[in-house]
This record gives sequence, C-alpha cells and structure tokens, in this order.
Amino acid sequence: MKLTLHIWRQKNRESKGVFEQYQLDNVSEDMSFLEMLDVLNEKLIMENKEPVAFEHDCREGICGSCGMTINGNPHGPEKATTTCQLHMRKFNDGDTIYIEPFRSKAFPVIKDLVVDRSAFDRIIQAGGFISVNTGQAIDANAIPIPKKNADAAMDAAACIGCGACVAACPNGAAMLFVSAKIGQFAMLPQGQPERKRRALAMVNQMDSEGFGSCTNFYECEAACPKQISVRFIALMNRDFLKASLSDENVA
Amino acid sequence: MILDGKTPTGPIKDSWDKHRFEMKLINPANKRKYKILIVGTGLAGASAAASLAELGYNVEAFTYHDSPRRAHSIAAQGGINAAKNYPNDGDSIWRLFYDTVKGGDFRSREANIYRLAQVSNNIIDQCVAQGVPFAREYGGLLDNRSFGGAQVSRTFYARGQTGQQLLLGAYSALSRQIGKKAVKMHNRKEMLDIVLVNGFARGIVTRDLVTGKIESHWGDAVVLATGGYGNVFYLSTNAQACNVTATFRAYKKGAFFANPCFTQIHPTCIPVSGDHQSKLTLMSESLRNDGRIWVPKKPGDKRHPNDIPEEERDYYLERKYPSFGNLSPRDISSRAAKEVCDEGRGVSATGYGVYLDFRDAIKRLGKKVIEEKYGNLFEMYERITGDDPYEVPMMIYPASHYTMGGLWVDYNLMSNIPGLHVIGEANFSDHGANRLGASALMQGLADGYFILPYTIGHFLASNKLDKVSTDNPEFKEAEKDSYDRIQKLLSVNGNRTPTQFHKALGKIMWEYCGMARSEAGLKKAIQEVPKLREEFWNDVKLVGSNEDLNIVIEKALRVADFLEFAEVMLWDALERDESCGAHFRVEHQFPDGEAKRDDENFCHVAAWEYQGDAKPIRHIEPLVFENVKLAVRSYK
Repeated sequence: MKLTLHIWRQKNRESKGVFEQYQLDNVSEDMSFLEMLDVLNEKLIMENKEPVAFEHDCREGICGSCGMTINGNPHGPEKATTTCQLHMRKFNDGDTIYIEPFRSKAFPVIKDLVVDRSAFDRIIQAGGFISVNTGQAIDANAIPIPKKNADAAMDAAACIGCGACVAACPNGAAMLFVSAKIGQFAMLPQGQPERKRRALAMVNQMDSEGFGSCTNFYECEAACPKQISVRFIALMNRDFLKASLSDENVA
Repeated sequence: MILDGKTPTGPIKDSWDKHRFEMKLINPANKRKYKILIVGTGLAGASAAASLAELGYNVEAFTYHDSPRRAHSIAAQGGINAAKNYPNDGDSIWRLFYDTVKGGDFRSREANIYRLAQVSNNIIDQCVAQGVPFAREYGGLLDNRSFGGAQVSRTFYARGQTGQQLLLGAYSALSRQIGKKAVKMHNRKEMLDIVLVNGFARGIVTRDLVTGKIESHWGDAVVLATGGYGNVFYLSTNAQACNVTATFRAYKKGAFFANPCFTQIHPTCIPVSGDHQSKLTLMSESLRNDGRIWVPKKPGDKRHPNDIPEEERDYYLERKYPSFGNLSPRDISSRAAKEVCDEGRGVSATGYGVYLDFRDAIKRLGKKVIEEKYGNLFEMYERITGDDPYEVPMMIYPASHYTMGGLWVDYNLMSNIPGLHVIGEANFSDHGANRLGASALMQGLADGYFILPYTIGHFLASNKLDKVSTDNPEFKEAEKDSYDRIQKLLSVNGNRTPTQFHKALGKIMWEYCGMARSEAGLKKAIQEVPKLREEFWNDVKLVGSNEDLNIVIEKALRVADFLEFAEVMLWDALERDESCGAHFRVEHQFPDGEAKRDDENFCHVAAWEYQGDAKPIRHIEPLVFENVKLAVRSYK
C-alpha cells in the first residue's frame, strides 16, 4: 500500500517542531506500525537525511517504551494495543497518517517523537513501593490473600508506564498511572502499613510535576493499552482524602 | 590456562553457608566509603543496586533506557521456579538442583546451581513482600504450575506477565533507594568501555544518548548486568536494543568470555513475514499441549492448509518422536522444524514456517475450552498475523531466545578481572548448555538479591584499592577511544545502513551457528564474518552528528561489536567438537537425533581470551560432577 505520512520533526527540547510530509510506497500489511517507520528511516538514511527518532524496545507490548499519537489517538486506532502491536492491515492504501509525540506539559519533547517521561519515575520514587529490604521478608504463604484481591491487584499492576493516559487526557492528568500503582498496593495486605503515606507522597509529587487533574473524561481508560480501569482513580481519591485528613499529614 | 572457579570444597549442602561464613565483612559504617557501579537495571541489575544501597554502599546505576522499568526482563511470560514444594508433589532443593544440572546437559558448575536452588525460596518471599501479585488459589495461597524439564509444579507466575511483575518489584525497590539518594540513577546512558587501573576494574565510559556526551565514571567495583547477546542473529525474541557491547568491551579488556556458542533457540515463535521483520514474537510453549505440528508431505505444496487432506500431512514430531510427540524438548523440536523446511516443505510466504494446528483439539474439546485456555494468545497471534487460529492453523518457527554463554565468573560472580562482577544473563554460570523454562528470572534475582551483596563485600574487604578519579590517564584514554570510534563510523559515509549489516550478519550466524552446526559450515562462517566486518568499516552509512540524540550511531556501535563478537562465538562452536544441550553439531548425534556429548574431552567450560587481531585463546575450567551422575540426558 501507499501512504502519505505527516510526522512531527523536532531537533531537540529547545527548538520548534514542524510536521514534515513523507511518501511511502510498498508498505506491506504484515508490517507493524514501527516496522513501517523502520522502512521510512532506512530510506531517509540513504537519502542522507536524519531518521525519525522514536522510542521502542520489546516490540511485544510490554516494555512501555513505544508510544506516539497516530491520527489523534495515543497508540493509534486499535483498542487495547500498543503502537508496536498495531499492524498496517488496520490502514488502507492511500491513507494519510499524522504521527506526533505524546503531548503533555509534563512530557517535554526530546526529539521528534521521543518525549521525557521521567516524571513517572519520580512519582514512583516518592512512594510507589513497599518498604522492605532484601532479606526482611516472611514466608510467602504466611499471609493468605483472597484470590479476588490478588486478581484486582494484578489488574492494576498490569500498567506498562507508557504515558498514553496522559497524552489522551484533555487535562494532561497522570491519575490513571498513579492510581494504578496506589491501587495495586491498596488491594494487598503488604501495602497497608504505608497506604496513607504513599497516597500523599505520590499525589503530591504528581501535582508538582505539572500534571493536570481528572475531570472524568475517561479518555485515559479508552487509550490505555492494558485497559486499566478508572475505578482505581476513585480509589486513589478516597485514599488521598482520608490521608489528608489523618494525622499522617502533619509534617 | 586451567581456570579456578573457586568453588567451596566439602558437602555441597553446606558449601554456601560455609563460604558465607568464611567471607570477610565490611562494618556498616564503612560501607558508605565504597562506590559500586552497576551497568544494566533489569532483574539482576535493579535487584543488586537496591540490595547494595540498602546495605549502605554508594551505588551508581546505568541504563540506556529512559527508565529502569523498560529492561527486557519485563518480557518474560511464563514464571519463576522455586523449591518451595507448596503443592506437596515431592519437590526439594535437591530436586531443583538435579533438574537444573541435567537440563543444562552437564555443562555447568554443581556448587553454583545448588546455591541457586537454595536461594530460590528466598526470592519468592522477597517478591511477595514487595507486593508482586502472584497468582493465588481460592484459599488465598500461592498457585503453581509446571514447566518443561520438570515433573513437579514449582513455577510461580503472575498471569502471562511474570517478568514484568518481578521487574516492577525490583524497580520499586530501586526507586525507593533513588528517592533516598542512596542510588544515583543514570538514565539514557550506554556503556561504551570499561576502565582498568592497575589491573582492577575501576570504572566505565558512557555515552549520553541524548547529548552524545562521552563521560567517565569511577568506582571501587563494577558490576555488569547487561543481559544476553541473542540479537547476534538479528532476528530474535530479544528487545531491539539488547546488545553485546558491555560484555564484549570487557572481553577486549581481558575478561574471559565463556561458552559463547551456548545459545537457546525457542521452537514456538511467529515466523518471519518478510524482509521488513524486526523481531520475532514468542508464542507460549504451552500451546503445544493441544496443537499438532505438521507440514505438507509434498515439497512446494502451496494449497491452503485446510484444503490439504489428512493423508497428505506430515505430523513429523509425532512420527519421529512417538513418545513425546508435539511436546518433544525445545532443541529437538526446533531442529526438526528446520529440517522439514530445508527439505522445501516449509509453509508461510518465506518457506520457513510450520503449522501448529488446533483443528483436532477444537473438535475434541470444543471452541470454548480452547478459548479459555489460550484465548489471549490466539488474540495476540491474530493481531500480528491477521489470521484467526480458530479457523486456520497457526504458523510457527524457531527463534533465538536466550544465551547461556556470557562472561566467565567464579563462584563469587567475579570475572578474571579483579573487581569486575557479572550477574544475570550476562554471565555464563548456571544454565550450562541449555536453560530450563522459568529459570532465567530465578537466576537474575538470585544473583542480584542474595549472592552478589555478600560476595562483593568480600572483594572490597580483601583488597586494598588505590585512590582513583576520572582524571586518571586510563579514563582519558578510554574516552578518547570511544570518541574516535564514533568519529570513524561517522566518517565512512558508505552505502549501507548499520541495519543492513546487522541483517547480513544475522543471516550468516543463523545459517551456520544456529540450530544445527557443522565443521564445514562453521569454517565457512569464520571466513565470511571478517569479510563482512571489513565491508562494514568501509561502507557503512551514518547520518547526523555525535552531539545529538542519534539512533544511527547507537545502532552502528552495537552492530560493530556484534561483528567482532560473532567470530568468538563461531570459534567456540567449532572447537567444542561435541553436541550438548542447545549446541548441536551434526557430526555428533545418536541415531534418534539426540545430542551426543563427549564427556571425556569436553566436560569443561571454555573461556576465551582476547588476543587482538589473532585468534583468541581457549582456556578451560574442568567440571566435576560429584553429586549428580554424568549420564545421557533423556526425557523419554
């Protein structure tokens, strides 16, 4: 198939970006979206032009590296699918495709389609853990955990940290990402001792990174390649409120 | 040279305890005086960085990703083994030890594996405490399942995402230490060289992948946790960025590379669909429980699979290995697929694929049962190929998956370079010639959480280290080497991209050093690889500059090292004139196609020493089996 691509090109953080237009012929429908970009890049290199920088690694939908906004949709048109798992048979011969980075104030563009998502790391560093040193653990079966809770924790833990939720949100909120981690630990007995502290620390860090707040558009859930549910946001809000009113907030 | 693995003597059951007692300690207040550099933050690196920082060491960790959470450990699906014996089915530390020695076809160290089996239980405890959501029974206790090479259920799992959950556990422990400023994390920095001062590993040189800046970092010890080299075949189940550079650069500075020819080929991956293919996706081995593998009897039969009648199908695994059938071991199944495709009977557009057919299982059990068992895998398959496996058979083909070989380390996980420690897939230590399923996660975390934190302290306490800084001439020299290498690559301005060379290399390696290897083929490849390398340095094309995020430079540096490393791998495959585990030399097989070991001449580890342009020197470490009797590996 033949495609017309409009791709966001931006040299670095400081410079202004523009859409550049590219024609690509001989695209096979068996290619993944990223393989289609590989083909474009090989062509650009041979034309002595800089290839399009984009992030990617595992190419099987689990590492969370890849992500771009395709025709206005983070990760493109297919539900519950990362960019690397999107295949060209979802497009038609003659299509025009707009490709741009995940846009958000808290995700500055580094180059072309590569954005800086280190804010996510800093939120985890603020409280996205259970404080247990190596060697301190008790026997794994010492605390039974109802299957229902373990499964719900796993639903939340499936988050790959790609940032599509932020890019999809009109407010640029990171609440689906943050609530997935808070929700995972809130479902488990191991997570209880630090539950309030965690909610306060992670939400405060989230706010200081410049993410917006949730106003219930639910675009995040629709864009999430792992289909994390917005009910975790509700849980996070409850935990944050409770923690804010408790004596743990005296610092 | 005969290498000394420094394995403890005496009864194997007490060896790790005894060794831990004999190792020197550093008192808690003094630990902060030491700085440890850790390269790579997958399961092994992240768990080591967190554990060492908890003990009080200064840790600096490095990853080429934008975050430690992206490491390829994340892609492991199946599970992690441990000898908990929760199902009460007869498991024990001894049985896990035994299965692993046998699974590796008697080409690994007994004492290392025994220790691995011992600490396996601590890993599960640790991960649960971190909040890893392992699968559970209705009673609230942990669930187990079975994996290849074992007759007990000892595998713990978190849906099909066990690697992801374990990595996120280690990442959260690491993040906690970064937050406390006990670990300094360097994201988007790739190691280009290792720096030795007076024979000790004292630092590394990195390239900042955003700015191109070449920088030095010093430490009292260096830990490589940089994964395997499966991408030497170009196409593999590895992530795109996985490469050999860190371990290969250490090899060029004198570290021995052990058993590089031990590479695992996984039988059930989605086949190549065309020249654009960038990676091969693993389909869980569990599919072979209900799927039947076949190809047409007639070469070149282009009919739709559903139009090929029963009598014109060759269910070759069932025919050749009637007792194991479609569940024959990984290496046997992989080689059998290659054989039928080489005969011209392969399917798929390229001719390199075989059918994995669920027609009979659907007829027998109903679509609903199959959907419950494999629904998510069928969906993933359809997403990638566009075919519906309920209606047409899947197509699969073997692909490079894991590398058992790696830098040589002793029982303390230290290479022959003092101070240079190597953990996880990057070392060679525990899997011998073949790794069992669900053992990679176990080994990475054992090294990082429970072994290295002890042994590195012993090294630091036993050696008086010179004061160094990045102003030492050794650092300046290594920086200049890296810088010059990049400039040289940029200046070639030839006609072929780094990816084209990588593909060409992969083709040679897959053909001659893949599932089946022969003396003639290996000798041919040893001629071809240096030629390709020369072409690379004369004809590679890069664009852009070093002072920028430049994906072509990243790729070219990695490909350049693969082009050199491949030759070591070929020498190792040639000189190991036996078959064992995944290393299959066609000259050495039993009539039924099983690998035929030569214990008299090859019951050892081969460790290669760099010699400049000359052929590397092959050293050996003899392997002694005192606890598991050397025997022909049989799963019949």
